[in-house]
Amino acid sequence: MASLLEIHNLVIEGCHDGQWLPIVNGISLRLEKGQVLGLIGESGAGKSTLGLAAMAYTRLGCRISSGTIVFDGLPLLELDKEERRKIRGTRIAYVAQSAAASFNPAHRLITQYAETPVQHGIMDFHTAEKQAIDIYRRLLLPDPEHIGYRYPHQVSGGQLQRAMVAMAMACRPDIIVFDEPTTALDVTTQIEVLAAIKNITNQFNTAAIYITHDLAVVAQIADRIMVLRHGDLVEENDARRILAEPREEYTRQLLSVRSFKKDGNGAGGHAKIPFLKVEGVSASYTGRELVLEKIDIELHRGRTVALVGESGSGKSTLARVITGLLPPVEGRILFDGAELPPALSARQREHLRQMQMIYQMPDTALNPRHRVRKIIGRPLSFYFGVTAADREKRILELLEMIELPADYIGRYPGELSGGEKQRICIARALAADPHLIICDEVTSALDQLVAEEILKLLHRLQRELGVSYLFITHDLATVKAIADEIVVMLRGRIVEQGEKQAVLKSPENAYTERLLSSVPEMDPDWLDRLLETREAAA
Amino acid sequence: MSPLITLVLKRVGLGVLTLWVISVLIFVGVELLPGDLAEEILGQNATPETVAAFRRELKLDLPPHARYLAWLGGLTEGDLGNSLANGRPIAELIGWRFANTLFLAASTAVVAVPISIFLGILAALYRNSLFDRLISMATLSTISFPDFFVAYILIALLSVQLLLFPSVSNINPQMSLLEKLYAIVLPCLTLTLVVVAHMMRQTRAAIINILSSPFIEMAHLKGLRRARVVVRHAFPNALSPVINVVALNLAYLVAGVVIVEVVFAYPGMGQLLVDSVTKRDIPVVQASGLIFAATYVTLNLLADVFSIISNPRLRAPR
Amino acid sequence: MAFLQLLRESPISARIGVAMILFNILASIFAPLVAPYGETEIVGDVWAPMSAANWLGTDQVGRDMLTRLLYGARNTIAIAFATTLLSFSVGIVFGFLAATLKGWVDQVLSRVVDIMMAFPTLVFALMVLSVVGTSIPTLILVIALLDSTRVYRLSRAVAMDIEVMEFVEAARLRGERIWWLMRHEILPNAMPPLVAEFGLRFCFVFLFIAALSFLGLGIQPPTADWGSMVRENAGAITFGIFVPLWPAAAIAFLTIGVNLVVDWFLHLASGLKDYE
Repeated sequence: MASLLEIHNLVIEGCHDGQWLPIVNGISLRLEKGQVLGLIGESGAGKSTLGLAAMAYTRLGCRISSGTIVFDGLPLLELDKEERRKIRGTRIAYVAQSAAASFNPAHRLITQYAETPVQHGIMDFHTAEKQAIDIYRRLLLPDPEHIGYRYPHQVSGGQLQRAMVAMAMACRPDIIVFDEPTTALDVTTQIEVLAAIKNITNQFNTAAIYITHDLAVVAQIADRIMVLRHGDLVEENDARRILAEPREEYTRQLLSVRSFKKDGNGAGGHAKIPFLKVEGVSASYTGRELVLEKIDIELHRGRTVALVGESGSGKSTLARVITGLLPPVEGRILFDGAELPPALSARQREHLRQMQMIYQMPDTALNPRHRVRKIIGRPLSFYFGVTAADREKRILELLEMIELPADYIGRYPGELSGGEKQRICIARALAADPHLIICDEVTSALDQLVAEEILKLLHRLQRELGVSYLFITHDLATVKAIADEIVVMLRGRIVEQGEKQAVLKSPENAYTERLLSSVPEMDPDWLDRLLETREAAA
Repeated sequence: MSPLITLVLKRVGLGVLTLWVISVLIFVGVELLPGDLAEEILGQNATPETVAAFRRELKLDLPPHARYLAWLGGLTEGDLGNSLANGRPIAELIGWRFANTLFLAASTAVVAVPISIFLGILAALYRNSLFDRLISMATLSTISFPDFFVAYILIALLSVQLLLFPSVSNINPQMSLLEKLYAIVLPCLTLTLVVVAHMMRQTRAAIINILSSPFIEMAHLKGLRRARVVVRHAFPNALSPVINVVALNLAYLVAGVVIVEVVFAYPGMGQLLVDSVTKRDIPVVQASGLIFAATYVTLNLLADVFSIISNPRLRAPR
Repeated sequence: MAFLQLLRESPISARIGVAMILFNILASIFAPLVAPYGETEIVGDVWAPMSAANWLGTDQVGRDMLTRLLYGARNTIAIAFATTLLSFSVGIVFGFLAATLKGWVDQVLSRVVDIMMAFPTLVFALMVLSVVGTSIPTLILVIALLDSTRVYRLSRAVAMDIEVMEFVEAARLRGERIWWLMRHEILPNAMPPLVAEFGLRFCFVFLFIAALSFLGLGIQPPTADWGSMVRENAGAITFGIFVPLWPAAAIAFLTIGVNLVVDWFLHLASGLKDYE
């Protein structure tokens, strides 16, 4: 029997500086009715391009150069434009990564829901309206009767993502292409959307192509998984099989990601007196609403404190207060027992030197017009006033320390990969010879394998140099890997803090519990089990 | 009060404030003249009578703030003072010239706005096609031309060579609308060519910006017709930037009119301003400057208000 | 050289643009050498037609048109260039200051600029010139100041975009002074849009001075200048003599050249949107 969707030997090329280079390199796939196929890979794997190609759609600057796509007996690439248009939205639908950008800001949600069925002449607006409410209810959207009459900007991110799933379901398509639908969401919201997607595709027996970089997420939902890399197929198998017995080395690496754990507990000396103390700090951007309330934190030498929270929890704001970018409304910051002036401009150069920062986006954290020599060299001459020769020598030492070749000294950031750039950021921080490095989501913009290498490097540097880290992250896997202590934040307050083992094993706070349990695990039954336990509890 | 109304009121308030500051600036600007204003402007060999008339006209015998208040008070009652050059009331001088300028600008707008929006949208939809490139080369050249170059080319072609239209647009109040329209064909055409080039390029840029949004890709992936994607999805979001483009160009038109009026000897505000500047007829310069500024500020204000109103985030707050 | 390398890969339109600009620059530098007559020398009849002696004919008092055009290039281009340079220095410094210091400095500067931009530029210039009188230094100062408001807006916006990037924050946290931030962190990254803007501003200033001269309020006779040359010869056109079109075309020729290069440059620095 023929499959619902068959792609054979598909080659898609993208145009770079007038040259056509392959993005998808002769990939074949089959999708049966009601089946969920997971496409997984790191950035540049070609998974989104392949997903869109299933709708016979390519973005500007891409083209399908060979291969066949047969959907339910129809050779999509041979159809004319009009025939393809009739299939899109009705028989194959799409769910994009960013619902906020993909909903038209000028129209209400329900108008956009009804547009597909009405325009394709499947039903009138009134019927579509009724069905929308039904679908909204099935997707567990709050107030399903009225939420559709809101504009996209009036709905939260997780709800908007579900409204987009609803929109894709409007014509009861045979296939939905999900393109990283949960990547932009917080973990606790991700669960809700993931559960909603799983639920609705089951109810209507819809086939799906689920694209993500996160193996643990796709494991919850997919029947089959295809691992892609640089436009090539690495491995394909049943979801359970691929998790249990991966054949390829690359798949094994992806599976073992997040398995890195800091050895020992509380490496470095555990001094009695904390060298950084945050006391009763409250902060506000407007002067009225507090984004931080009464924060107390202590940092000890050679230790790592992980500051965990979801977006809007105030964790990055706390970093701004500590560094002096945002003077607090009340409270104080003590460094080595002495109170620091609240504002950056009033602080001494020596204090600035001891506290360095590494950022989430290595792309924007390095001046693209400075060479590595200037990036790492500037703190050296700025803080220590070293001679040119000494500076050169020290830069080379630092490059060696971060495991980059010496000839990188003459390069611009644009000539480096994401992971290499982040290493340069680390070297720039180390050049100041600091006591504390504040790491703001330093691994979240990187591919998982690269992120893991960075964590290992940071850990090694801590062992060798005894530097302390304040690790700001929303990713609990990172916390588990590198923290000595955990501080959990929610809406500007600390809800729980303590030694890592204690917090992870027996969280006292309900939110911490929910946060910890929401992190997807490499187990296909994890989501179902979790939902069951939560239901039982409720 | 809805935030929309608050925002609009705020913007209108800002406009009024700007106008007030401008009136102060115009007044103080003259105040700052070095030396004896009368002699400086009238020259060494001015007769004592003209100097006295000048002093009286500018009320130089009063203290500055009283003079400003008197001037502003006169303005609000429509009394703009008298011209130094011929002693006639400025309101009389300006009245029908202002109407003429608005007539020319409005005629141009009626022709130019639809053309440029239409061409702009077409160029954006068929971007990088031959049509788009031709249009883009043509507009680029037009933008590079000085206004008077366009005007003289048109005169050379349509007036001198083909004898189709008059090269001088000297209209008077006795003329019928049709006669007036015939008289202003060339200045109108000149302004249209210049404004269309600017407006079309900006419209094209605004539409292209919208067309590259993810929600447009989504609309295509919903299998909607191309026309519907443009009309229902791109247009409502492009409305605000396009309205802005139109208003800014109308404001530009108000100033661009100066050159064209001089070329075609059209009896409008622009010519009056240039004449008065040459004659250093300060009260007339002040009054016409203020009127130009007021028109300009009003158009910019309208643009902002429209773009506030057409923003769904402000129309329907959380 | 990097520029030549770029030029080799450039589209044909940009190369034509570069050639047009070069032609103008050479003409203005070597005007005294290549011009057949003196700048104010009267050599023939009024509005004599094109001939072997006067390639482009003569003007309203019988001076050689080609000679006047060549000298006009000198004056017009030099004045416009000086004005743009001044306008840029002022605009960039204040724009960067507003973006890096923020707070009241930004508020004050931006409000002042708002007010200045609430005037149509031409009307503003006419009014100021009516008060301070017309001479080349005042012309340059007034126009540069007026034009610097647009440069201020752009450089402030560009600097704001750069300022939010973490490498600037990193430099702030290091303790760098404002001068370093502006000179080393912001300026190198703001170059592409600013260079393109320089071309656009030059065109604007150039056309603007031409317009003022055309109105008789710019560069004063007997200095040869393209705008005034159009004005002086304007009467000829009704007699079917097209001499005023020569200087007008010369103006258009240079601005088209600059615009072609700017277009290409904007395309290169494609971080920018399609520019107005």
